[in-house]
Amino acid sequence: MRELCKKGLAQLAELLKGRKISSVELTREYLAEIEERDPSINSFVTLCPEAAMEAAKAADARLARGEGATALTGVPIAIKDIFVTKGVRTTCCSRILENYVPPYDGTVVAKLKASGAVMTGKLSMDEFAMGSSNEFSAFGPVKNPWDRSLTPGGSSGGSAAAVAAGLTPVSLGTDTGGSVRQPAAFCGVVGLKPTYGRISRYGIIAFASSLDQVGPMARDVRDCAAMLGAVAGHDELDATTIPAPVPDYAASLTGDVRGKTVGVPREYFVEGIDPEVESAVRAASDVLARLGAKVIDISLPHTRYSLACYYIIAPAEASANLARYDGVRYGHGSRNAKDLDALFSDSRTEGFGPEVALRIVLGTYVLSSGYYDAYYLKARKARTLIKGDFLEAFKECDAIIAPVTPTPPFRLGEKIDDPIRMYLNDIFTIPVNLAGLPGLSMPCGVTKSALPIGMQLIGRPLEEAELLNMAYAYERATEWHTKVPVED
Amino acid sequence: MARYEAVIGLEVHAQLATRSKMFCACASNLKDAPPNTTVCPVCTGHPGTLPTVNAGAVEMAIKVGLALGCKIHARSIFARKNYFYPDLPKGYQISQYESPLCTGGSVKVKTKRTDSEFPLIRIHLEEDAGKLMHDYGHPEKSHVDFNRCGVPLIEIVSGPDMRSPGEAGDYLRTLRNVLVYLGVCEGNLQEGNFRCDANISIRPVGQREFGTRAEMKNLNSFKAVERAVAYEIERQIKVVDGGGKVVQETRLWNDAAGRTESMRSKEEAHDYRYFPDPDLMPLTVDEKWIGRVRATLPELAHAKAMRFTRDYGITEADALIMTEDKRLADYFEETAACGAPPKKAANWIISELLRELKESEEGIAACPIGPEKLAELIGLIEDGTISGKTAKTIFAAMYRGEGVDIRGLIESKNLQQNTDSKIIEKHIDDAIAANPKQLEQYRSGKKAVLGFFVGQIMKATEGTANPELVNELLKRKLK
Repeated sequence: MRELCKKGLAQLAELLKGRKISSVELTREYLAEIEERDPSINSFVTLCPEAAMEAAKAADARLARGEGATALTGVPIAIKDIFVTKGVRTTCCSRILENYVPPYDGTVVAKLKASGAVMTGKLSMDEFAMGSSNEFSAFGPVKNPWDRSLTPGGSSGGSAAAVAAGLTPVSLGTDTGGSVRQPAAFCGVVGLKPTYGRISRYGIIAFASSLDQVGPMARDVRDCAAMLGAVAGHDELDATTIPAPVPDYAASLTGDVRGKTVGVPREYFVEGIDPEVESAVRAASDVLARLGAKVIDISLPHTRYSLACYYIIAPAEASANLARYDGVRYGHGSRNAKDLDALFSDSRTEGFGPEVALRIVLGTYVLSSGYYDAYYLKARKARTLIKGDFLEAFKECDAIIAPVTPTPPFRLGEKIDDPIRMYLNDIFTIPVNLAGLPGLSMPCGVTKSALPIGMQLIGRPLEEAELLNMAYAYERATEWHTKVPVED
Repeated sequence: MARYEAVIGLEVHAQLATRSKMFCACASNLKDAPPNTTVCPVCTGHPGTLPTVNAGAVEMAIKVGLALGCKIHARSIFARKNYFYPDLPKGYQISQYESPLCTGGSVKVKTKRTDSEFPLIRIHLEEDAGKLMHDYGHPEKSHVDFNRCGVPLIEIVSGPDMRSPGEAGDYLRTLRNVLVYLGVCEGNLQEGNFRCDANISIRPVGQREFGTRAEMKNLNSFKAVERAVAYEIERQIKVVDGGGKVVQETRLWNDAAGRTESMRSKEEAHDYRYFPDPDLMPLTVDEKWIGRVRATLPELAHAKAMRFTRDYGITEADALIMTEDKRLADYFEETAACGAPPKKAANWIISELLRELKESEEGIAACPIGPEKLAELIGLIEDGTISGKTAKTIFAAMYRGEGVDIRGLIESKNLQQNTDSKIIEKHIDDAIAANPKQLEQYRSGKKAVLGFFVGQIMKATEGTANPELVNELLKRKLK
């Protein structure tokens, strides 16, 4: 691996600001690294070298002026292909958007551009963010940099794998039911799903609107914090964003957790959880205790309804969100359709992959007249109870510690034909989305076969700073984040 | 006929006259805009886009709700109405469903014909869809114009309380009038910014349960609404009398053929799968906001008519006619403000102006004669410069585009009122000389013959003689 590609965001920003390296030079290094090493990982769907070099030149000019430089100015970054990028093909890893070139930049992308970040390309994902293994990408699965026979997790598998493999110092993913945290755990990086509404969804191709949230991914907590700070905030274009000020997350990291209370939910340590995962997470809570935090047992009694609740709400919203792909205006349109109904159904049949089709059918069903009350309405009620559990728990503790996934990374192909087993993989992340809370995933151990294990920290609404600080304290006390995949 | 009773409910879609669209910043005035030029990624439903609510549209909807006496709900919810159609970019329309902004209220209809009140069920906000164009370029291809996508609409749903085509027409005209008065809708049926669907059923007189209803679409004039309703009532009576059953369906009004035609039956009806739009927070409207909107409510037609009778001393009948159209009422007030005696102004507007408008099938906006011109014209009659008859000639000339320079027209047409007593006396002498028989009648006490002589003189002077002067001189001469 090229030396510069081993460095984190904070170090790169320092080198760039000190004019020790130029952004052009750095961008060239990253592009070369991607070209050389990504073919075996397949984390990039689209590379944009020309635009990146342009942006790098502009960043160098900005750095030379010595003013207005941010933590991201001149830093090459890559983002999930769910972010709409003006003039750059955005596919959501679906055939139906294979040739879609958006006419606008979403808010997050506009913020990244304004901060001077250099976008090298778009990262692979499960089609329309539906999946937990990245095998549902229309452009082939991403491979886990720790072991190419394993999945990197999903749906932001490309975003996690690229960071883990050193192909980008930081990335952005999105998390609807665990899609940032689960791949972060599988790839041994830090991933944060902020509070629902903390980051604008304008310009993110919608999967399930009431659950989707942008999440930064990085190799350590500080970089993750910096990335969050760069994209968070209220947005007039997204009515669901929260009008609260954005703290300087990176600057507020103290590493002090003394006096904090961490809850361990008993419902998250149940049958089916891998013993190595369980012991790593329990050991992590011991570390926090040693650092001065109080660790207590808590209960989240409605946890068992989470999965069912999620698989009603998310597909329901998705079925409406994905109705716009009808072959009329953009994306794949069936050529041979003889009438309107055929145009719609053929375009969609040809364009959507099996998992997306499954969820659209599911969502259409649960919203249909006669079933709405039995499914969708009931799921919304369950969601309220699940959220209530957390709010109740947060009266006693400042954060909750839990596993991210029940098992370490699994093999490519292992669960692809078994949706229920695949869905169970998100059982510990989904409740956090249903409740709209911030959740962070970070490395907390390795298995006997040297695969990363992640732990999850869940916080109160808008208390990302608290969460990041707790993660930072743990990170300083341990060395798990320094472990990187062995290169082939 | 009296064996059956018609049950009619109307659903009106009114386009709100906002500057921008319901959920994005695109201009919402589409007049003369070429297809697909007032669109953005939001209103064309590009991936990743999100809606944000136009507060101006909400305000206008509140205004309508207040004017019609509705309850304005502190919390209402936008829902997605899901169906596929090429002119619907997102595959769903954002509308309000279970929790609309306004409920209750009524439309009070007061015309010469009726004085009744029709309750409303609800008023809710929604976005419009685009439109398909089949007559553009290739005849075998259809095109879509997305300009109208996202234009704000309110849907006003009446109760099933109208019983005749006339009532439906009156309700609709009154409702349109209210919206135009409020300045929230242009109210033009032909241009589609005021659209109506009618639900119609019949039931035997005395029965309480409703019959099966059919929904009429494509009603784009008041006349069409009345004709369609009348036709549909007759059709349903025939079906029932013939031993058949009315089926629940959507029917189109074919104006040229003068009949309704089946469009789709209940079996083909959509399951819209409504659910709350997760991209939008519940719409919250607090008392303060409602209070601010209430303060902007203008005077409505009926109140205005009552004021006209009070302040201007015109008859209630005249006041009702003039307040049917806000712009006409404004025209009247401006004419009066320019110094015209109100009663005279009202007479002129109702007799001359309305006749011209009706003949040219145009609205008051197209009238080339401004209120100040009408006031000037009336002023010239008042001060005796011209006769009322001459004034009508001038008015017609101005209306037909001969310019609005009244004095110029009088001169060029040689219509100056003749107040030269010598000339008039000469005409009187001629008239007396030519009609000895009438002279004798007058002198023998038949004073009504005076009118005959006046007529003769007016005729001889082509109406330019000052009638008062003619009268005075005649009386003196005939003694």
